[in-house]
Amino acid sequence: MYDAESIPRIMWAVVFSLIPAGIAGVFTFGYYGFCVVFISSITAVITEMGILLLRKKPVLNTIKDGSAVVTGILLAYTLPPSTPWYVSVVGSFFAIAIVKHAFGGLGNNIWNPALAARAFLQVAYPASINSDWRVLQHGIGNLVHNITKTDPGGKLVDAITRATPLAKEAGAETYHLTQLFVGNIPGCIGETSVIALLLGGAYLMYKRYIHWYVPFYYIATVFVMVLILPPRIVTPWANNPLYHIFSGGLFLGAFFMATDMVTSPLTKRGLIIFAVGAGALTALIRFYSGYPEGVCYSILLMNTATPLIDRFTKPRLYGTRVKKV
Amino acid sequence: MINLVKSKLKTFVGGIHSREDGKILTQDKKESPLLFPKTVYLFMSQHIGAPASPIVKKGDFVKKGQLVGTAQGFVSANVHASISGKVADVVPWPHPITGVRSPAVVIENCGEDSWIEGMSVASDIDLISPDEIRLLIQSAGIVGLGGATFPTHVKLTPPKDKIIDTVVMNGAECEPYLTCDYRLMLEKPHEIIQGLKLVMKCIGCKKAHIGIEANKSDVYTIFKNIVLNDPDIKVDLMEVKYPQGAEHQLIKALLNREFKPTQLPLEVGAIVINVGTAFAVYEAVKFKRPLIERMVTVTGNGVENPQNFLVRLGTPIQQLLEEARVKVNINKVIFGGPMMGIAQGNIESAVTIKGTGGILVLTDAQKWESHACIRCGRCIDSCPYGLNPSELSILCEAKEFNLALDNNVMECKECGCCSYICPAKRPIVHLIKFAKADIAKRKAKA
Ligand code: SF4
Ligand code: SF4
Repeated sequence: MYDAESIPRIMWAVVFSLIPAGIAGVFTFGYYGFCVVFISSITAVITEMGILLLRKKPVLNTIKDGSAVVTGILLAYTLPPSTPWYVSVVGSFFAIAIVKHAFGGLGNNIWNPALAARAFLQVAYPASINSDWRVLQHGIGNLVHNITKTDPGGKLVDAITRATPLAKEAGAETYHLTQLFVGNIPGCIGETSVIALLLGGAYLMYKRYIHWYVPFYYIATVFVMVLILPPRIVTPWANNPLYHIFSGGLFLGAFFMATDMVTSPLTKRGLIIFAVGAGALTALIRFYSGYPEGVCYSILLMNTATPLIDRFTKPRLYGTRVKKV
Repeated sequence: MINLVKSKLKTFVGGIHSREDGKILTQDKKESPLLFPKTVYLFMSQHIGAPASPIVKKGDFVKKGQLVGTAQGFVSANVHASISGKVADVVPWPHPITGVRSPAVVIENCGEDSWIEGMSVASDIDLISPDEIRLLIQSAGIVGLGGATFPTHVKLTPPKDKIIDTVVMNGAECEPYLTCDYRLMLEKPHEIIQGLKLVMKCIGCKKAHIGIEANKSDVYTIFKNIVLNDPDIKVDLMEVKYPQGAEHQLIKALLNREFKPTQLPLEVGAIVINVGTAFAVYEAVKFKRPLIERMVTVTGNGVENPQNFLVRLGTPIQQLLEEARVKVNINKVIFGGPMMGIAQGNIESAVTIKGTGGILVLTDAQKWESHACIRCGRCIDSCPYGLNPSELSILCEAKEFNLALDNNVMECKECGCCSYICPAKRPIVHLIKFAKADIAKRKAKA
C-alpha cells in the first residue's frame, strides 16, 4: 500500500503555487513577462523529452511528472522581464540538460537546476541579466517589440529602465514598503511580489510539500544579519531589515528554491542549518560583494554543502538517547 | 481544536496515518462464524524458533486437540490437531510466510468434532501456581498472536537479572483493514482480562497497562469497566497511527520508555502480549484447550462478504475465500494487513497458521513505477526507529551492504512506514529485507 502523494502530485502543486507570482509579474512587467515564462517552460519540456529519448528512458511518464515545467517556470521567474528569448532558451536547456540530466536526472542533481542555469546566464549573458531591467507597460504592442527587438527606439520609450531596489549605485531609488510587498517594482519576473509568493508558499506548506522552517529560518537570518552587519555603502535603507527581506529574490528563493527537496538536506536539523547558512551568505553577498543580490549564489553554495550537512545530521537511532540522570 | 483533542491521546514520534482504513468493512459484523474445514495442513513451523517434530504418521487417527508435533527445545512450540480425522500424510508443503516447502501434517476431517480426552475441562484457576500456568501455556503451543509468533512461554521466562514491572497488553490493532482483535475484544473482554491476569501472575508482575487505539473507544469503555476495581491495571486510549501496536511504540506511548530496535521490551522492564494471546492463555489455563483456532479477518474489495471468522489452524484459504464470496477478478491475496502482510504466490496451497490474523483480498492492487529518490525526507520523518530509509534504500539497491550495516540496516523492523509514505514509490522495505537476508547469510557462512 502506498500513500496518495506522488512526484507528479508534488510537482504540479508547485506549478500551481507559482501561478500568483506569475500573475503579479505579468501585471507589473506586461505580457512579455509571460512570454519569457512560456518560452522557458516549453524549452525545458522539449529538452527533457530529447534527453529522455537519448537516455532511453520512458518519455511520456517522466514528462507528465511536471518537474521540467517547474524548472522552466522557476528559471524564468529569476530572469529580468526584458530577457531576450534566446537567453531563456539557452538557460532552460542548460538547466535540464546539464544541471539535471548530466547528473542522473531528477533526484540525483546536486544543484537546483533553475538557479544553476541562472548563475550560468549571469556569466554568459551579463548584459541581459544584470542591466537593462525594465518596468514594461502592459499591452500586446510591447510584447511584439520586445520579442523582435527591432525597434529599440519607437514604442519602447515607455518602457522605463530602472535598477533593482537593492542596487547600491548612487541615485538608486528607494521604494515604499507596501510597494515592495505588492511588487510593482523593478526586478525579475517572478520575484517582486512578496504577497503573491507568500500565497503560493502558504499553499505548499498547507499541502506539506515544503517545511515552514526553511523559509522561516532563511528570511529570519537575513533579517538579523541586516540589523547587525555594518554596510559597505551607506544608503537610507542599508540597515532596514524589512526593506531587505522584501526586495530582491529572497522570498522566491526562500519559499521555492531553498525548499527544493532534491538539493537540500534530508532532516529537519539539516534543513535548518541549510536555511541559516543560505541566509547568512545572502546577507554577506548583498553587503560586501559586487553583486546587488545574493540569493542565487547562496542557495547554490548551500546545495554544494548539502551532502556534508546530511552526513553530520543523521537521524538518531531510536532508543539511543543519552539519558540525563 | 483537532490538535487539542489529539494531544490527549498517547502516542509516539513518527509513523504514518494510513490513507485507507478499511476496518469499516468488517468491524461491525457480529458473532464471527466458525469455519469447519474439510482438510487441514498443520505446519510444524508456525512460530519463531525450532520447528516442531511430527509424532503422527500417515493413516493414524487423531482427535481434536491431540498433539501432532512436539516442540524441539525450549524456543519452539507444540502443534495440535485442529480437527478430528485421519492423518492423510506428512508432507513438505509451501509455507505462506517463507515461501519454501516445510513439513506439515495433513488431516482429513471425519466430521466428528470431539476433543481428545483430558482436554477442554474447566478448572479452578484461582489456586493455580505461576509454574503451572507457564507449563499449561507451553503445552498448549501458544505463540504471540499479534503476528510475531514468538513462543509465549519463552516470553514469560525472562532472564533472572531482568525485573519486569509491567505487562503491556496490545489492543491497538494498528494495521488498516484488520478487525480480528477488535471483534475478539468486543466478544470476549472478560476472558481477555482473565488471560492478562494469568500472565501477570505467571511472571509475578503487579502492574499492567492496556493500550487501545482511539477508533475503538467502545472497547476502551468495556475494559475500563471490567478493571474498575483493579487500580493496578490501567487502560489508555492511543492515537490512531501505524505502527502504534508495535512493541517499541506501545511502550513509548504507554510507559514513555525507549529501547533500541533490536532490543526486547524486557530491557525496560516490560513484556508485551497481544489481546489474542491473552485470550488463548485463558483458554489454555482455564479449559486446558490447546491453540487450535483463532479469529481471522477476511476482507478487502476482492470479497463480497468481508467478515471475521473463527478459523481452525491449517484451514486452506480457498475455503475462507469461498465463505467470504470471493470475486473472480482478484489479483492479490495478502496474509496479514496491508502494511506488513505477505503477498501469497499460490492461493491454491496457502493455509492459515497461528500468526494469520487477516487475509486481505484485493482486486485493484495499483501498480506504481518506482523512481529515483527525490530526497523529500518523508521516509525519515516516518521511520519510528530513527533510521534513514532513503540512504538505506540507495545503499541496498547498490548492494553496498557494508555501508548499509554502518547505517544500522539490521535495526530496521520492517514496519513499512517508509515505503508507504515515499512519493517516489521506492520499494524501500523490499530492498532492506533483501539486504538483511543477504547479510545474515554471509554471517552464517563466515
Ligand atoms: S521499514 Fe525499517 S526503515 Fe522503514 S520505516 Fe520501518 S523501521 Fe524504518
Ligand atoms: S520518501 Fe522516498 S523520495 Fe522521499 S527521501 Fe525517502 S526514499 Fe527518497
